[in-house]
Amino acid sequence: METNVQTKETIAKKVEKKPLEKVLIICAKGAIEDVYAALVMANGAVMEGIEAKLFFTFFGLDAITTKQMNNLHTGTIGNPAMRMPGGLPFPSILGMIPGVEAGVSSMMKSQMEKLDIPPVDEFMDMITAGGGEIYACKLATDMFKLEMKDLSEHVKDIITIGQFYEMADGDRTQIIFT
Amino acid sequence: MGQTVIAGVSVDLNDEGYLNDTSQWNEEIATEIAKEEDIELTDKHFEVLHFLRDKYTAGEQLTIRKVGKSGITDIKGLYQLFPGGPLKKSSRIAGIPKPASCV
Repeated sequence: METNVQTKETIAKKVEKKPLEKVLIICAKGAIEDVYAALVMANGAVMEGIEAKLFFTFFGLDAITTKQMNNLHTGTIGNPAMRMPGGLPFPSILGMIPGVEAGVSSMMKSQMEKLDIPPVDEFMDMITAGGGEIYACKLATDMFKLEMKDLSEHVKDIITIGQFYEMADGDRTQIIFT
Repeated sequence: MGQTVIAGVSVDLNDEGYLNDTSQWNEEIATEIAKEEDIELTDKHFEVLHFLRDKYTAGEQLTIRKVGKSGITDIKGLYQLFPGGPLKKSSRIAGIPKPASCV
């Protein structure tokens, strides 16, 4: 009888779901697709009631630097997944022509706008409105000579990676690196 | 979940508790579903719910950004109205399908 109860409990434990409670997302690159991957994940988390913290470091800092954040580009050189509008491969040599990178980037942005994906600053508005927090990396800001005044109003603080790890203090926490 | 009686009416729910038939919805049903989500509906809530239903009926893809630009409330306000699931919970209470949107 006792064994029977135990078995039932074990089965119950097996099917118990443990939903994610917190995500810590690190963005170290500054191309449109890298930054948006981080933003979509963070926004998607807060929309699901999952706590989200974003940490921008190295070239990812462009995404939170007031001067750069709304002018992000995508790389047109050395990107094998890049296609021409009709689906033909995009020759890397085209990407070297001045203005092509800007053109491709603005096309990407207009495609995203059609899907109701906002510009970077507005996206950060949405994330912080849902309780998400945005941080800048201390080491990288020192390296790029950036201070709080250079960064978006959405940036809560400049912190070390150690301080960021301290935020991963729950059972159901995941750290994601893009 | 199948047929469930909510606010005295038998409605068809899917496994996640969303109405299968949008037309079965009324404000009393909304109030009952909201209670399950621990939300006490106010006039502001209903404005959002009707907005969502109108947009859904018009075949538009719903996003929290759209609600934020509706003039009813901003995104922060939307999170306060439907804590922990601004679009998911509001859609369920509005009797429309679970949103298939990432923003």
